Amino acid sequence: MAQPALQFGYRRHPDQDRVDAARHPVVIVGAGPVGLSLAIDLAQRGQSVVLLDDADRIGDGSRAICFSKRSLELWDRLGVADRMIEKGVVWKVGKIFLGPEMLYQFDLLPDDGHKMPAFINLQQYYAEAFLVDRVQQLPGIDLRWRNKVTGLVQRNDHAELTIETPDGPYTLRVDYVVACDGARSGLRGMVGADFTGEVFEDQFLIADVKMTARNFPTERWFWFDPPFHSGQSALLHRQPDDVWRIDLQLGPDADPAVERLPENVRPRIARMLGHNDFDFEWISIYKFQCRRMQRFLHERVIFAGDAAHQVSPFGARGANSGLEDAENLAWKLAMVLRGEAPACLLASYEIERGLAADENIRASTRSTDFIAPHSKQERRLRQAVLSLAKEADFAKRMVNGGRLSVPSVYESALSTADEEEWNAGPRPGAHMLDAPLMKASGEAIYLTEAFSSAGRGFVLLENANGAAVEIPQGVAHLRVGAAAPLRDDAGLFTKRYDAAPGSAYLLRPDGYVAARFRHPTPSAIEAAMARASGRM
Amino acid sequence: MPLSTQSNFADPDAAYRLIVEAHRGLDDEQSATLDTALVLVLANHIGDADVLREAVALAKRGLGARQGQ
Repeated sequence: MAQPALQFGYRRHPDQDRVDAARHPVVIVGAGPVGLSLAIDLAQRGQSVVLLDDADRIGDGSRAICFSKRSLELWDRLGVADRMIEKGVVWKVGKIFLGPEMLYQFDLLPDDGHKMPAFINLQQYYAEAFLVDRVQQLPGIDLRWRNKVTGLVQRNDHAELTIETPDGPYTLRVDYVVACDGARSGLRGMVGADFTGEVFEDQFLIADVKMTARNFPTERWFWFDPPFHSGQSALLHRQPDDVWRIDLQLGPDADPAVERLPENVRPRIARMLGHNDFDFEWISIYKFQCRRMQRFLHERVIFAGDAAHQVSPFGARGANSGLEDAENLAWKLAMVLRGEAPACLLASYEIERGLAADENIRASTRSTDFIAPHSKQERRLRQAVLSLAKEADFAKRMVNGGRLSVPSVYESALSTADEEEWNAGPRPGAHMLDAPLMKASGEAIYLTEAFSSAGRGFVLLENANGAAVEIPQGVAHLRVGAAAPLRDDAGLFTKRYDAAPGSAYLLRPDGYVAARFRHPTPSAIEAAMARASGRM
Repeated sequence: MPLSTQSNFADPDAAYRLIVEAHRGLDDEQSATLDTALVLVLANHIGDADVLREAVALAKRGLGARQGQ
């Protein structure tokens, strides 16, 4: 398989020789994209981390491929986005076909002035390999392969983990365990939590095929009832290394053992591509599920990513929402461990990311229901929408071949409500928007880059063409204006933030808006900081 | 006023979902009855025979397209 040959050796750790269990502030379980990104984010915030994985290699196979702008902005802060984008396939256009005809197309990032593209496609094994390389540059992360958590005991002020290794078991005492151990999470069973939701009856064939033919563009193509796969749906998406992701709906009655045989898959794919000149990288048959844990916090164990919530793949909301979990949790956990915020700040992780999980499950369920109707009536309704979509805009807008991942806007107790009129700009609870700026030296810099280099804490982002603002301690300051360190020559910052002179945004360490002010005062900024840190 | 075929819902997926959920748990006969009642209710809400005539024509064209597939 065309993937980086990455196998890692198990190494015995001195913790395994101790008579009394070693104590660590954070243990992350699972070195997938979520666990690795969380470890890097925590380490960059000065927090030491132990990262455990039960395997000794990067998993192969057909898993996540679409990584969103939001995920790339996180990875840029973690120092890995350049490699991801260099290797990945950048895209932003999707097309929806009905039979042989295109119904409509969408552009996920129509305007310029953003550092990161709308999406890249990249095999998950590359993403993990690049993240592991970054982990190895950070001395604060202790990554232990072939360390499988087999036992958990919750104590008053810590958790005790039993960890199985090739040398036998050992024990760690931990302030916080973060379970990033995937959809089949072992820790979820250990805390006794259920994982409930909807199972979809339709089966889907996922094939990654390698072909050099370039007769398809770098776009997401989705078909309802295509000529090559009558009555079902199909998806085609390009990945690096001339690999294409193909997703064919098989219906509820297909026999997976028969359908996954290459001699049965090949003719289907050949009909779709119009030629037989391809090799298989991967074939599997899936049924999709949308489900979540009721609680993401279980005393000392915090759940993130697929361990906490699972969606169908239509919409690229699996890995991306897991990465948003990591970004949401990292700064909160770091502040709590440093004693800068009360432990109840972690409750906001559960609330914010729980609402995001609900939103992702809702979007994913709607898409999957549209693609795979449950009943005769639902199929009729779907067919009516598809037929009407050719001439009626309202029906076109209901055609749902997947609504692609966008970051949630948090309805959160951490946000300070607007007290003034704003005509545009990200509202409290929404993520910061990028914009191209200019340094005094004349060097171009994106706002997201200026934010990253401002120190990983709270940032006051100010249109500095008004009265000087006094800044409370512990807040970094980004000043944009004609006479300020950053200039908005393109005018996009002012436009995207409705940034009248003197107005300012208080950004959380994860880049979400905590509060915004037309006339910021030190006491108002202080109060918003306290609220966003869980101190009121 | 001519028939509006532009999307009038802020969240079209939610509107679609609402109709789907209205039918969940019904058998096919009940679904047909529900739809028929729904047509009458919405037709009365529109309250304009010309608009209703246009809507019927558009829906019938959709019927033709579906049979042609």
